[in-house]
Parts: sequence; structure tokens; C-alpha cells
Amino acid sequence: MSVPTCQVAVLGAGIVGAACARALAQADFQVVIIDPNPIGSGATAAGMGHILLIDDSPAQFALTQNSRQQWNDLAPELPDDCEFVKCGTLWLAADEDELDEVRRKEERFRAAGVAAEVLDTRQLAAAEPNLRAGLLGAFFIPDDRVIYPPCAARWMIEEAQRHGTQLRTGVSAIEVTGKEVRLSDGSRISVEFTVHATGCGTAKMLPGVPIRPRKGHLIITDRYPGFVRHALLELGYIKKAHGTDTDSVSCVVHPRRTGQVLVGSSRQFDAESKDVDPRMLARVVARATEFLPGLTRLSGIRAWTGFRAATPDGLPLIGPYPELPGLYLATGHEGHGITTSLGTAELIVDHLTGRTPRLPLEPYLPARFSGVPAHA
Amino acid sequence: MPETIRIKVNGVAVDVPEHTNVAAAVTRAGHVHFRRSVTGQPRGPLCGMGICFECRVTIDGQPHRRSCQVLCRPGMEIQTDDA
Repeated sequence: MSVPTCQVAVLGAGIVGAACARALAQADFQVVIIDPNPIGSGATAAGMGHILLIDDSPAQFALTQNSRQQWNDLAPELPDDCEFVKCGTLWLAADEDELDEVRRKEERFRAAGVAAEVLDTRQLAAAEPNLRAGLLGAFFIPDDRVIYPPCAARWMIEEAQRHGTQLRTGVSAIEVTGKEVRLSDGSRISVEFTVHATGCGTAKMLPGVPIRPRKGHLIITDRYPGFVRHALLELGYIKKAHGTDTDSVSCVVHPRRTGQVLVGSSRQFDAESKDVDPRMLARVVARATEFLPGLTRLSGIRAWTGFRAATPDGLPLIGPYPELPGLYLATGHEGHGITTSLGTAELIVDHLTGRTPRLPLEPYLPARFSGVPAHA
Repeated sequence: MPETIRIKVNGVAVDVPEHTNVAAAVTRAGHVHFRRSVTGQPRGPLCGMGICFECRVTIDGQPHRRSCQVLCRPGMEIQTDDA
């Protein structure tokens, strides 16, 4: 029996797998994408779809800048259902500490030559009339965007398919042995490389990969066009997003192109159930309402949860898996995978072709955690 | 005999018996299309019991109220999507 040959197997048809498949196919690799579930149905469908710059570390700043540039370059090609919204981001400062952080952000963005602007109380109130009075100001990043990620993932896979990529949903990879991927339907695929882009699934299949699922809750309202005009985040978000192991909520509110308002967010480690926890959802809404009092008059129509693939240092795992030659990781993006999918794909192509990378490879290498237990 | 109250539908005064629900009042005012769907299709009351959300209108400035679940009050102002 012959075993079909394929140069690269991409495990996972989420936004990261889709971006990797597209980039690899465009670089003339023969690609097959494997996912037991439909395209973009995991963390990709659960996330908010914020394309944003994150400057909490030089490596994250570099990766998000590269990725956001790629998204903005792609924007004219994205199909209408990707709901690309040129809304920009407003980081909200509620106290003096957060205002200090606004000034630090301003310095970092200026040093990087990235467009951004500081808004004072009055300018912020004019930009977002539904915010509560008395906020001290905001950091405005005009070129951040919002998209609807599952459709973007589908479009990337269609692009890959135009370059000969095969998509195999409904089957899972049950074993990866360097040069072969064995599938749940009994078939085998010969590969030169395998790219593991399964988010939280990576830790299940590859013990020792330091990824912990971090549950999040979101709720979306009916259509209230203009209720918010920018993607709003409280500046406390970064502290909570990466600084702590305990459950936390922060105000993150996005306008959708439909006029709907998407409200988040929560972070919980060690939550096993996918169910919506009404207490956690109530905390999410309460926190957002502290910033947007009028939210109580809006009708929420759907709530859901998802699991982010969190790493100990908040940076993704991109590059060779040290224990198995031929296996590469593209996972661990936590809450930023929609943005950084494109930078990740570029890095994966860098690794597989040996071309000169535009980004440094080192900060994202899985080998930085070699010997570190997954659940320290 | 129930008392008659006056409301406005798309700015036009309509007299209805008290305890009339808004869906009935809007229908009485001659409207079949209460709102437009995301894709622009006309929508109107379907289930009449608050489940289908098809009959939403703006009541006193508040959008997306289910007209079948709200009783008319004197002076209430109701807007349909095609107003």
C-alpha cells in the first residue's frame, strides 16, 4: 500500500494553522491541513478578533507590529464576511498609575515609530460619549483593527487551496513520528515537516509543552450602532492578562460591523468545563458597566466561552520542537493569536526554508522551555 | 368598556384600548413590517410570546424592545425600522 506524500502537515485549522498553511503554500510547499473539527471552530471562533499591538515585551511588540502590518496589507483582499473594521484601539486610563502607563506606552511607540496618540479626559469623552465621566485619558492606537476570525481563517485556507493545499477535516492526527502522520481513519501521510497549530490541543498531544488552557467568557449584544466606536480596553488589562494566576476580569468592549457590541473579558486557569459560568459572566458585565454605564440598557443575545493556549512568559511557541526532528510548533498565542497568526506563519516559513528572517527567531523558540515542567 | 389611550407609532397618533400590547397597536396602525433583518429583509410578529424576537421595535428611544411583550402606556412613542 502506498503512503501519499505531502511535504508539510499542518495540524489545526484555526487561524494560526490557516495562516501557516497559506504562507507555506505560497512558498511552494505541498501542504495538507488536518483538523477533526470545522475550520476556525476552536479558540478562533471564541475570540474577539482584535488586531492590535501589544508592547508588554520587545518580542511581543515586534511580533504584533509585523502581524498587524500584514493584516492591514491584506485588508483590501479580505472577503466582506471577515467584517474588517478600522476602529483603532483606546486603552483607558482610570487612575494616575494607568496614566503613567499611557506615558510609558507613548515613549515606546514613539521609539518604535508607530502611530499613536494620547487623549485627555475631554478628548476621550468626545471620542466615546458612552464612557463614564471622569476617566483620566486614553492611549489611542489608530491602526488597530477588528475582524471576524472564523471567516478570515476560512479565507486563508481557500487561498492555500488555490496553491494546491489539501484540507482534511473530520479526521485527527493521532501520532506524529518525524516523517509520518497517522490519522484517526487509519490512513498515513508521509511528511518532511509537521506544524502543530492546535492551541490548547498541543499540550494534550505533546506532553511537556508548557501550555495551560485559560478560559474566557464573552457576551454579544443586539445591534446598537455607534454605542462604542473603538475597541476599548482598560489599561489594567495587561496586568491581569499576564501578571496573575488568579481569576480576573477586565473591561474589553468592541464595536462589530453589524452594530453589535462584543463585551469581555475573563481569565481563568484550571477551569475544565466549557459551560458559561453565570457568576463569571456577571463579573464581566459588571466590570464593563463600570466604564460604560449605558451597557445595562443593551440586550445581550449570546454568551460563550473559549480556551486560550497560555504559556508561562506570555509569548507563543514558534519553531522546532526539540524532542522530535521535523516537528514544529505554532501554538501558545494565548489571547493574541488572531493578530499574531500572520507573524507566526512568516516565522514558520523562515524556519522551514532557512531564508533570512525579518523577525528574530529566538524569543519564540519552544526550546526556551526545555526541561521546564508544563505545570510548574 | 376599557379606557382608550393615545400613543404614537412613527409619529402618528393612534388610539388603542388600554392593556393593548405594542405589537397589536403597531398592527392596528397599519404596519406589517416592524423591523429589518441584518440582510434588510422585512420582519414582523411571529410567535407573539417573546421567543422569536422578530417583532422588535424602538419604544421611547430604546431599541430592540419586543413589542409583543410590552403594554401600551399613554404617550408612548414607537418607531419601526422603516419609519
